[in-house]
Amino acid sequence: MFDTEWMGLPDGHASTLPDDLSTEGCAPAPRSRPRSLAEAARRARTGAPAGERALPVSPVLAGLLPDGLRRGSTVGVVGPGGRSLAFSLIATATATGSWAAVVGDPDFGLAAAAEAGVALAHLAVVDLSGPTVSRQWGAVVAALVAGLDLVLVAPRRQVRATDARRLAARARERGSVLIRIGDASWPDRPDLKLALTGATWEGPEDGYGRLRCRRAEVVATGRGRNARERRALLLLPDARGVPSLP
Amino acid sequence: MNPASYPGPRTLVVRCPDWSLTVLGVAPGDPALVLAAGRVAAASEAARAVGVARGQRRREAQGRCPEVAVLERDEAAEARRFEPVVAALEDVTPWVEVSRPGACAFGVRGPLRLLGGEAALLDRTAEVVGAALDVAVGPTHPGCRLGVADGRFTADLAARAAGAGIAGSLVVPVGGSPAFLAPQPVGVLGRPDLADVLVRLGLATLGAFAALSAADVVGRFGAEGRAAHRLAAGLDGTPPQVRRPPPDLAVAVDLDPPVDRIDRVAFAARALAEQFHDDLRGRGLACTRVVVEAETEHGERLARCWRDEGVLGASALADRVRWQLEGWLHGPPAVRPTAGLVRLTLLPDEVVPATGHQAGFWGGASAADERAARALARVVGLLGEGSVRLPEWRGGRDPVDQLVLVPLTGGVGEVGRVDAPPSDAPPWPGVLPPPSPAAVHADPVPAELLDDRGRPVRVDGRGVLSAAPVALRVDGRGVHVAAWAGPWPVDERWWDPRRHRRRVRLQVVADDGVARLLVLEAGCWRVAATYD
Repeated sequence: MFDTEWMGLPDGHASTLPDDLSTEGCAPAPRSRPRSLAEAARRARTGAPAGERALPVSPVLAGLLPDGLRRGSTVGVVGPGGRSLAFSLIATATATGSWAAVVGDPDFGLAAAAEAGVALAHLAVVDLSGPTVSRQWGAVVAALVAGLDLVLVAPRRQVRATDARRLAARARERGSVLIRIGDASWPDRPDLKLALTGATWEGPEDGYGRLRCRRAEVVATGRGRNARERRALLLLPDARGVPSLP
Repeated sequence: MNPASYPGPRTLVVRCPDWSLTVLGVAPGDPALVLAAGRVAAASEAARAVGVARGQRRREAQGRCPEVAVLERDEAAEARRFEPVVAALEDVTPWVEVSRPGACAFGVRGPLRLLGGEAALLDRTAEVVGAALDVAVGPTHPGCRLGVADGRFTADLAARAAGAGIAGSLVVPVGGSPAFLAPQPVGVLGRPDLADVLVRLGLATLGAFAALSAADVVGRFGAEGRAAHRLAAGLDGTPPQVRRPPPDLAVAVDLDPPVDRIDRVAFAARALAEQFHDDLRGRGLACTRVVVEAETEHGERLARCWRDEGVLGASALADRVRWQLEGWLHGPPAVRPTAGLVRLTLLPDEVVPATGHQAGFWGGASAADERAARALARVVGLLGEGSVRLPEWRGGRDPVDQLVLVPLTGGVGEVGRVDAPPSDAPPWPGVLPPPSPAAVHADPVPAELLDDRGRPVRVDGRGVLSAAPVALRVDGRGVHVAAWAGPWPVDERWWDPRRHRRRVRLQVVADDGVARLLVLEAGCWRVAATYD
């Protein structure tokens, strides 16, 4: 009953799947009694709790992101539907206290984001239209990655390989998630790439009705633990503007 | 005198009525209102006369007074124009407390000895303030209102009640505060939640509230109720168990290189205000009066005292420091320092035990909020003011109107920012139902919508399409129309010829799977948004 529901605790205490606890360095495998207080303290510190290694995502995305949104990773949302995918990725995390920034995307649909569940109280929009921006683009994104859990970037021009590497390293170091809207401007592949296939809009019929929902299959591919392709059929969004299962 | 029944020092309050409108150049006879966070923050006399009031939503106010001019609040200008007025008052008394731009107060005991009587003091004050206002806002200013009474709260109300005229004044005689306050509505206490409860209990006036026994009030409303009860009874809100604050509570920051631009010093000031507030909170104290002090490269020393009837929180404090710096650095040449600032100091001048105000259960702002605030402040430092913006809900029929972006000025948890429609908000007639488009184009792209014979699709005066759309051409690229819905016409502000907008909206799904929101305005179709 509570397995996928997030319980409303302060930031970083998401409930993740129980088998998550047994993976990489959270609790040491042999549970012997600690010999000293110092050792007990050291054990307690090794590795962050499972909830702090990943940001919570909506249960709807559980099939695509079984571990949640891993901190320190880069995610690319590509093609049509990229922004809707970005909304669904950040909705639960912002609603539970994480901050998100949108950099350089003047078209970002705030009303749609709010409908998808993004907490606008935890969203900042950074305008990159000024004249001095091209030189400072890297510094701005790096500053945001250092302080905010989620940074959505839509670069206007090709990103240099050094910038991309540095930002990915900074995100890994600070435990933030860098979400790239549109993947064409980046020289390297993200850790996880999400795209829509076979999207069809339902609702309008030659002047009658209205747009109600988009039925689409989301394909997740990536590197490392995401190498195996995952697919899920979603309504993105449904008739209330929320991502949901069909 | 028993401290518990001390009515507070006899005080003179100077108020410039509708200051936020005056600085925007609005004459009292013109209907105008100032908006802050989507709500009416101030309305001119002409607008108030037809029912516009503070706290109304913009649409409600426009409904009552369609010809009202809607202006955005300019806090920087308010602070900048008020500083010379306060500086001029230093001729009357060296110790002026500013509560916000447009209102200040001082104790009358000292200057009274100099000038001989309250009537002479009022004349002198009106003369000084009038002359300063002539210079600061020009000769069309609506003057000031003066109030004298025991205690600052009563004096402030007396100034509000003072008659019109270039320097209207009202003097509440010594010991006359309870009688003056008794008929006032409980709303003047400035605590809307408390006032709401009191009115429902049948206690509509301060007199009725003051007649309750203090013990009962504390039992029901706690420390905050007690302070309000004291005010209602004509006593000082915070009993003078005020201690002289220890000197080590002052905080200072050195500015190197010297700073003469407000945007460069504002963020240092904000961090300073937070440190100041945290230090006090750590000792269980809260500040009600603070002295902002700046030192310049040439050794000039500027100081100004700010006070608030309530307790100054971190963001309220930061606002006041920013306003003060605005007044010094961007004010008229007479008050401007001759060199850049090298040091900024905050001195707690009056502290009270912190009661009543408790941070949220998990702490006021979470660690994530603080980290985000620092990162965003750094981006503002890199890109300049206005580059980081936060969404604020305004309401409207189109996706582009519903939420607007407001520049980040104070902290990230600014009070008054509305990021979602209020639950009691009535629906907007003619709004497109969800889902909303995920991409709202900042620059809508012109498009051509064609029927089966290649003619442009038009909409007649009754909102009917000339033919079913078959093809769509955007940026020279053509796609076939797979499905469409609409058209939905909107006719907004037909009563205002300058801002009248008529347009027609149409949802179009192309055969490439992309859904778009097209808007026809002035004979031209544009792609206003994409359901990305």
